[in-house]
Amino acid sequence: MRIRTAGVVALFALALAASGCGGDSDKPAAKETPKAAGGKLVIWADDKRTAAVKPFAEKFGQENGVTVEVQAVSKDLQTNFVTASQQGSGPDVVVGAHDWIGNLVQNGAIDPVQLAAEQKSAFNETAVKAVTFNGQVYGVPYAQENLALIRNTELAPEAPKTIEDLVAAGKKLKAAKKVTETLCLQVGQNGDAYHIYPLYTSAGGYLFGTGANGDYDPKDLGVGKPESVEAFKKIGALGEKGEGVLKRSISDTNSISTFTSKKCAYLVSGPWAVADVKKANISYDISAIPGFAGGKEAQPFVGVQAFYVAAKGKNKALAQEFVANYTTTPELAVALYNAEPRPPALTAALDQVKGSDPDLAKFQEAGKNGQVLPAIPAMAAIWDPFGKAEAAVIGGADPTSTITTAGKTISGQIK
Amino acid sequence: MSTPLSGPESVTRTPGREPAGSPPPRPRASRSRDDAPITLTGIAGKVLLLGLTAGIAVWAAFPLVAAEMWTGLALLAASTAGLFYLYLTRRHIPAKYLVPGTLFLIAFQVFPVLYTASTAFTNFGDGHRGSKDEAIVAIGSSSVTQVPGSTEYALSIATRGDPATGPLLFLVTDPATRAVSVGDAKGLRPLDAADVTIATGGKVTAADGYNVLTFGQANARSKEITDLVVPTAGGAVRSSGLSRAYEGKAVRAYDAGCDCIRDTETGQTWTADEQAGAFVAADGERLAQGWKVNVGLKNFTRVLTDENISGPFLGTLVWNFAFAIGSTGGTFLLGMLIALVLHSPRMRGTNFYRVLLVLPYAMPSFAMLLAWRDMFNADFGLINSLFGLNVDWFGQEWTARFAVILVQLWLGYPYMFLVATGALQAIPRELTEATSVDGASPWQSFRAVTLPLLLVALSPLLISSFAFNFNNFNAIYLTTEGAPFPADNPTNGATDLLITYTYRLAFGGQGAQFGFAAAISLFIFAIVAVVSAISFRRTRKQEEVYA
Repeated sequence: MRIRTAGVVALFALALAASGCGGDSDKPAAKETPKAAGGKLVIWADDKRTAAVKPFAEKFGQENGVTVEVQAVSKDLQTNFVTASQQGSGPDVVVGAHDWIGNLVQNGAIDPVQLAAEQKSAFNETAVKAVTFNGQVYGVPYAQENLALIRNTELAPEAPKTIEDLVAAGKKLKAAKKVTETLCLQVGQNGDAYHIYPLYTSAGGYLFGTGANGDYDPKDLGVGKPESVEAFKKIGALGEKGEGVLKRSISDTNSISTFTSKKCAYLVSGPWAVADVKKANISYDISAIPGFAGGKEAQPFVGVQAFYVAAKGKNKALAQEFVANYTTTPELAVALYNAEPRPPALTAALDQVKGSDPDLAKFQEAGKNGQVLPAIPAMAAIWDPFGKAEAAVIGGADPTSTITTAGKTISGQIK
Repeated sequence: MSTPLSGPESVTRTPGREPAGSPPPRPRASRSRDDAPITLTGIAGKVLLLGLTAGIAVWAAFPLVAAEMWTGLALLAASTAGLFYLYLTRRHIPAKYLVPGTLFLIAFQVFPVLYTASTAFTNFGDGHRGSKDEAIVAIGSSSVTQVPGSTEYALSIATRGDPATGPLLFLVTDPATRAVSVGDAKGLRPLDAADVTIATGGKVTAADGYNVLTFGQANARSKEITDLVVPTAGGAVRSSGLSRAYEGKAVRAYDAGCDCIRDTETGQTWTADEQAGAFVAADGERLAQGWKVNVGLKNFTRVLTDENISGPFLGTLVWNFAFAIGSTGGTFLLGMLIALVLHSPRMRGTNFYRVLLVLPYAMPSFAMLLAWRDMFNADFGLINSLFGLNVDWFGQEWTARFAVILVQLWLGYPYMFLVATGALQAIPRELTEATSVDGASPWQSFRAVTLPLLLVALSPLLISSFAFNFNNFNAIYLTTEGAPFPADNPTNGATDLLITYTYRLAFGGQGAQFGFAAAISLFIFAIVAVVSAISFRRTRKQEEVYA
């Protein structure tokens, strides 16, 4: 009996002590976040961008007597950002693609950035257009990217003027057993709307019409319209049952590697492919994606990477200062270019790196007539059905019924 | 239920890798409880665990107090007190064993299920994540536009008095005239040029009677700065960061009188629709920023009445069963066969073979799924080039179905092999020897003795493997993604399971629709629960026969 009582008493004392310790060690931790001198600016970016942004963010912190922390979020940055900012545990600044804007705005996750007229004019016009949504600028762009035609100059010395030229040249190479594929344009089992888009526009199709203010209008859906059916008839003619130029077996995992192993002379890809091509020691050149003979221009999508100010960040004033007044400097744009070679959106920065990297100018030239990737939330409803319709048509399905159904599916998903 | 829906991040789950779980230790009923000896390690362990409990409770209490969630706090205090009482008293011995398991069950099973169920009655999703107030704030702040032709000021943040607590002021400099004004909630007042020092960029660095804040000091009052608007004739001066200010105007504002958002420039209004959780204009146009509301049974009726969903549902369900039964049955048969072969006493080098056979199990399944996907590629894949075939594996319904089950077989048989080996070793050899003495053929002895005894041990594992494969998101999403799709229906493919199909419905359109996804997952939950309940009932009967 005595032992039991002693045990219980000891237990109480120790348990209370333990809880006391726990409490003590917690209090400073809880206080630290809001009260640390000047707060802590938190930036979220993906792995590659984190390394590039870090030194500049730290410099910003040192110059202004604040702490800046750059955190790498390697997966699902957009979803994680939306969820975290809803819970109040999100960052102050986030780095991401411009087609996130529609979703981030409808979730109230980002605030507009007020740029002065002179700041805006320092950027490439397309880049500013990309980050403008409902008439407001929501992010500060730093890089832009678009698809182009990369060709192996040993096999194909001349840049093709039309798709027909490309197919003829490719077939000649194939007949001579120099290559096994005419064109490396990734399709995959379920299609790839992003990569087929230049051909789709050249054949006369469109996704969304533009409203009076130049924004995309989700009510004017181009998929399922007669123009889109005509466009897919032309694409289908290049497919597996037709010319055999477009194939579902060429996908995101093998299109670049097929090109670098010299199995095809032409590759449709973006700046991210150049590193692999260089590594494979292929003499290459970059030109605009050709359109169909007698058709419209082939217009690739132009995507922009940008800095955003989180609407629910704890250090919004500082975040605005960083995004609006610091990321607009050319030095940062050049550093980000060095981390990953995508053309900078700041004209001054582009001029600075252009000399040492001729590919940049070529990519920019190829994207000159490009269309800004729509940032409206309705775009999310396009990707999947559009890609699948593309894959079906390339596989030999009837374009008319396939595209009409795709159009119906998409308009059913748009609120 | 939420893991498979969260998409490819759940890839590390593997078929049948759930631990079988050991039965909880039974209280020793034979010994009277007063005889239980009190050991030092026992007390030390108790002190440590209860101390830890108290520590966790205190740690959890701070955020609850900060958020003023008093019911949560009361619940926390009550459960902590209950735990202390339970483990300090000598009574309620069965409860001592049951409570920890029950607590974990509530935290990791019951709570997620209840949360999913409650989400299913809301419109929670992209565009409807927060409250109405948050939506109003978001609409207001995203409508602030610069007054055309207005001045861009250089800005310094200042206070009168203490930098941390004094009233905040904006010191703004007109870049053209270099005239400095001071602004607060009342408006702008010019300052005498003699009283201020201006840096080259136009920023005020010092002013008589004011404390100019550093970025660090200013940021400590971030919220006050972004909230401070200095009214002017055309709109209001607002900060853009800490060194620039502009004259802007919130074009859209909430009007409590009509419960609507009013555009001050065009006069258009969007009235709050509490059923939809959005501001809707007379012509049906919605503002993008909505809020979370209860929608009742709408998500459930949508599953049942929407033709796009209910149309292909039956076909998908049949294939889903075929896939789950095929994967589970196939892996079980193959695994058991190999286990039987290696169990034979005449077999040599069994350990070597066992290591070799378990290899597929040792590799990360998501990487293997992706590797298999590339092997099935029609033009570049290993399988076609190895066998000289020209099969468009993922392009045709039946080849695609065959391919995904084949992949599952390869991924899953080592698990079945392992458990069957273990169960076989537990069957006494005397039993099979006895049957051979009685003149039974090896097949008869396997049918009559070994298989039933194996099934008694493995049935629960087969059921859990079935339930897992029924919702095996990765097996489909990382290989075919549901392909091939009929040309006239891009939402439902030949290899789609219910879970991949619904994932596409809930997250494929305009952003994530968590409420809808939760409703569908409740349907799937019901199906799996019914199947499992029936199977367990049958297993129990079987155990009664052979035990």
